[in-house]
Amino acid sequence: MKEGRPRSFYVLAIFFAAYVLFLYGPMIAIYVLSFQGPQGGLTFPMNGVSTFWIAKLFQGTGIVDLGAAFRRSLLLGVIVMIVTVVLSVAAGMAFRRKFKAQSILFYSAIASLIVPSIITSLGISLEFRIIDDLIKAHWNENFETSMGLLTSGLGAHLTWTLPFGLLIMFAIFNRFDPRLEEAARDLGATPWQTFRHVVLPIILPSVIGIGLFGFTLSWDELARSSQAIGAVNTLPLDLQGLTTTVTNPDIYALGTVISAVSFTVITLALGTIHVLNKRQAAKGSDAGKGLV
Amino acid sequence: MDTSEDILHQASPDLVRGSETARRSKAARLSPSFISWLQAGPMMLVFLAFFLIPLVFVVIVSFWDYNEYQLLPAFSGRGYTDTFEGCIAQLPDLCTIGKTYLMTLKLCFMVWAITLFIGFWVAYFLAFHVKSKTWQMGLSLLCTIPFWTSNVIRMIAWIPLLGRNGLVNSGLVKTGLINHPLEWLLFSEFSVVLALVHLFTFFMVVPIFNSMVRIDKSLIEAAYDAGATGFQTLVNVIIPLAKPGIVIGSIFVITIVMGDFITIGVMGGQQIAAAGKIIETRVNALQFPAAAANAVILLAITFLIITMMSRIVDIKKEL
Repeated sequence: MKEGRPRSFYVLAIFFAAYVLFLYGPMIAIYVLSFQGPQGGLTFPMNGVSTFWIAKLFQGTGIVDLGAAFRRSLLLGVIVMIVTVVLSVAAGMAFRRKFKAQSILFYSAIASLIVPSIITSLGISLEFRIIDDLIKAHWNENFETSMGLLTSGLGAHLTWTLPFGLLIMFAIFNRFDPRLEEAARDLGATPWQTFRHVVLPIILPSVIGIGLFGFTLSWDELARSSQAIGAVNTLPLDLQGLTTTVTNPDIYALGTVISAVSFTVITLALGTIHVLNKRQAAKGSDAGKGLV
Repeated sequence: MDTSEDILHQASPDLVRGSETARRSKAARLSPSFISWLQAGPMMLVFLAFFLIPLVFVVIVSFWDYNEYQLLPAFSGRGYTDTFEGCIAQLPDLCTIGKTYLMTLKLCFMVWAITLFIGFWVAYFLAFHVKSKTWQMGLSLLCTIPFWTSNVIRMIAWIPLLGRNGLVNSGLVKTGLINHPLEWLLFSEFSVVLALVHLFTFFMVVPIFNSMVRIDKSLIEAAYDAGATGFQTLVNVIIPLAKPGIVIGSIFVITIVMGDFITIGVMGGQQIAAAGKIIETRVNALQFPAAAANAVILLAITFLIITMMSRIVDIKKEL
């Protein structure tokens, strides 16, 4: 190949820049618009600059009970994150050996990823309705429902986050040098010690990546929650409800607040990954070699 | 571990592991296959309880009867007959369900073609033109970050741009290109396709990029040395080798659009019918067997598309 940049580089660089602008431009527009003045409307131009709409959101005078929905989404997001990390790392370890039902688990994960969310959501809601009916018929007539944030809601979110977690584990172990574990074993480490002191430190940056996926996918989840969350709403469901009714910048303010949480989590996670990678490189061992 | 074991260990690691195991508690005496079960079991249980069993219920309930307010657990084909109501009587015109699926497939095809085009060239740029690993990471991350933020926010973000008084319309009116604001920019097929492309091109970029970075660069050099033009190299070397990524990305995009009801709802102003939206409407009307029947139909069509596409490539091998 020729040295220097071919002309196609510049064409594609412009194409790529346009794509990035397409990705971020509209988002930035609503972040800016959420700082409209009190008289401002849904579109440009800005009618003054203020934090009026964001403050209004926190005063609870807006249309949704933001505080409660916020806490619910946060709680669910954190639980989904923890469960996703633990279950994905465990299952990822299992996949390094052959075991029965390996392909069943693999295809379940892939199917869970690509079966349309509305179908999974409907299925979970039917399942819980039928369980409710059984309980009412056989045990307790006054039973309300077993559906809820941390039962059907949690399950629905996990069907979305676990496949990502498992695929990331596959990517990690594709690049993992098993000789490191052999060495640990040869030095007398128990399986747990090998995992805790050798495997985990090496894969930790990617494990944090799994946590990042777990939290953010749950925090913004909508399609699977729609039928399966029960009586209460999560933040994205409230936001979606607003899209049909709202005529002032409340909705942008809410969008900005939700995004602020996402960006905080993304920054924290990427920062931690960066520090861990730096530390692995600085420690001078070749333990992290082959890992990004 | 004492010295004798160390020596033994060099001779036969398995033997030492055996002696260790014998010493330790019950937990350590587990067989490898049991450990695998312990590790993979919890995830399997989650999929069983919240994915596989629910799917079975969808199929079962689709054959139940219903009235205005409840499910009746008795066999009935009503969910399906209601869905296909009038399909034979109205021939040769398409019935509602036929039109809806045609619309869904049309949206699918448009979104697929556009995301494939954009995704391919974005991935191509990242894989072949960005030489530094750090830059490659940074730019990939730049493409990934929006995926970690809310889809609804990314949808409503188009409103200030495309609305009647939005940036695009006011800009066009000011420059004198049009006299009246364009009505078809928002809450239309156009805005639905735009938003779907905006949201889901990511699913095309990642697998195609993954396929492309695995291509041995010397193959491209060889093609070049053998006198192939850039275009010939692209068609005969790069595209065939990137095919697995293209197929996986296509499966993602097509299945997402087939089942979508939120983007089509929000960006279509709740006016555009789609396969996913029928299910939502039926659920809201508490007609669960009809909703389930529609879900079964959607599942069957999605499955058909995936089977056809996975004929082209072995998914398991590529991940």
